[in-house]
Amino acid sequence: MEAAMGLMRRMPPRHSETALSALLSLLPHNSSDLLSQVDLPLQVLSDDDSGKRFILCEYNRDADSYRSPWSNKYHPRLEDAPYPSSKLRQLEIEANDIFTVYCDQYYEGGISSVYMWEDDNEGFVACFLVKKDGSKTGQGRRGYLEEGTWDAIHVIEVGPEEETTRYCLTSTVMLSLTTDDVSSGTFSLSGSIRRQMNMNLPVADGHLCNMGKMIEEMEGKLRNSLDQVYFGKTREMVCTLRPPSEVLPMRLPDS
Amino acid sequence: MAEEETELSDNQKKEIAKWFLLNAPAGEIQYVAKDLKSVLNNDDVYDEAASEAFPVYNKSHMICLEMSGRFGDVLVTSYGELQGNEYLDPKTAQVAIVDHVKQVCTEVRPASDEELPTPYVEEYRCALEAEMLKYVGEAYPKGSCSVYCINGKDVEGPGYDFELVAVISAARLSPQNFCTGSWQSIWNIECKDDIQVLELKGKLQVGAHYFEEGNVQLDAKHECRDSTMFQSPDDSAIAIASLIRHHETEYLASLEASYLNLPDATFKDLRRKLPVTRTLFPWHSTSLFSLTREISKELGIGK
Repeated sequence: MEAAMGLMRRMPPRHSETALSALLSLLPHNSSDLLSQVDLPLQVLSDDDSGKRFILCEYNRDADSYRSPWSNKYHPRLEDAPYPSSKLRQLEIEANDIFTVYCDQYYEGGISSVYMWEDDNEGFVACFLVKKDGSKTGQGRRGYLEEGTWDAIHVIEVGPEEETTRYCLTSTVMLSLTTDDVSSGTFSLSGSIRRQMNMNLPVADGHLCNMGKMIEEMEGKLRNSLDQVYFGKTREMVCTLRPPSEVLPMRLPDS
Repeated sequence: MAEEETELSDNQKKEIAKWFLLNAPAGEIQYVAKDLKSVLNNDDVYDEAASEAFPVYNKSHMICLEMSGRFGDVLVTSYGELQGNEYLDPKTAQVAIVDHVKQVCTEVRPASDEELPTPYVEEYRCALEAEMLKYVGEAYPKGSCSVYCINGKDVEGPGYDFELVAVISAARLSPQNFCTGSWQSIWNIECKDDIQVLELKGKLQVGAHYFEEGNVQLDAKHECRDSTMFQSPDDSAIAIASLIRHHETEYLASLEASYLNLPDATFKDLRRKLPVTRTLFPWHSTSLFSLTREISKELGIGK
């Protein structure tokens, strides 16, 4: 398994789906580990009833069907499928509404979904997902990107409700972007990172408020990290390979 | 998920193994090989895949190997390939015999006359290589280059066209810093005798990989063209090298510009740093909770 994860870290992020399915076919007995540890770009379905799109993930899946956060129905229809309790479903509905506004503010569009379900520890788990297509043919307002996708998955384990409740957030962001123009050719960056954050927050502020703030902080950190550290390192590498002319040592006269 | 997956055939496994090897970032193929062997758990399949994948990988990454016998380095490229594992180093007129899977040069022999260009072509090739070596020595801290004649190597004198290709290959491996990178330039130079013009076509490719607690890769490519007058070998060499230097420097500057644009412009199309309000999202706002439903409906968000 460790070797498999090693391979995933080296394969080009754009090809992570191919890499994962190759690994699944080579290691069929590790499939549940692989599926839970490797994140793939998010897929989307349209809800039959409202036509609104929702994101597919392990957390709204049962067998081969997926539950829509808008209608609370499985697509395709499924008998005996699990649903959140009605109290949790209320929270889920509110979360979806608020998260949609949040996404509109930060992502200028994009598709979002929130799923919640009770866990065994008298708490619950919430999963917030965002998918943004920023290409100029998608929802990229400024038209910079030939191709650009941002997929974020935030899973929060919420502990049993006490005055101060424990929230454990695991976030994964996968992104890829490509610019293409005549003078500079194609420039393509892609990658994924995953981070965790745990906080104890007063339940009086409201679960949505607490979770929302954590996610907002985490997304900001991840965006900065990707931009400054990760992309920054690749930029540093390019300058190490071929330093810009100002940095080149003066040519010494031939001795 | 089916419980009883049909076992993959050896051939299918080999193809998958080859895919992993071929997609290894520059300088990382040995690490990929190690992990792959472990996942495959089948040395025969691995060996077959490696024997097919390594040569392709080595040539496309233009790896640089040290030649035994203090002849310096040789670049493994399709331009210098004489046979499956024999690669010409035009600089020293030696041929390196290479073990692709181990990525080492095992033997060196002198090149035969048939393998080398004519003195007429060689004058041009050699002059250009000398200029290129100067340029690469200055511009690339760890770069190697070679100039090959890929067309018309038997041209005896003026009156006929021939074609040279200048390749530059630079790689940086820093596994302890979780960072690797590579730069490859391939410049085709068509020497057109009839119109007395040298036509240049450049293909530049840059890659970088950073993988400390994550996996981020850069993949950038650029093509450009230029031309200059067909002159004496020395003057042509100087003109060509200076054009190459100019284009590559410009390309580096445009890469830098792409990076500079990232945080504020390019990235914004994916996710803004802050909403238009320039404040964090007002999660606290209780009135927001019922308001959001109104806003969502009004703006038709979520469709």
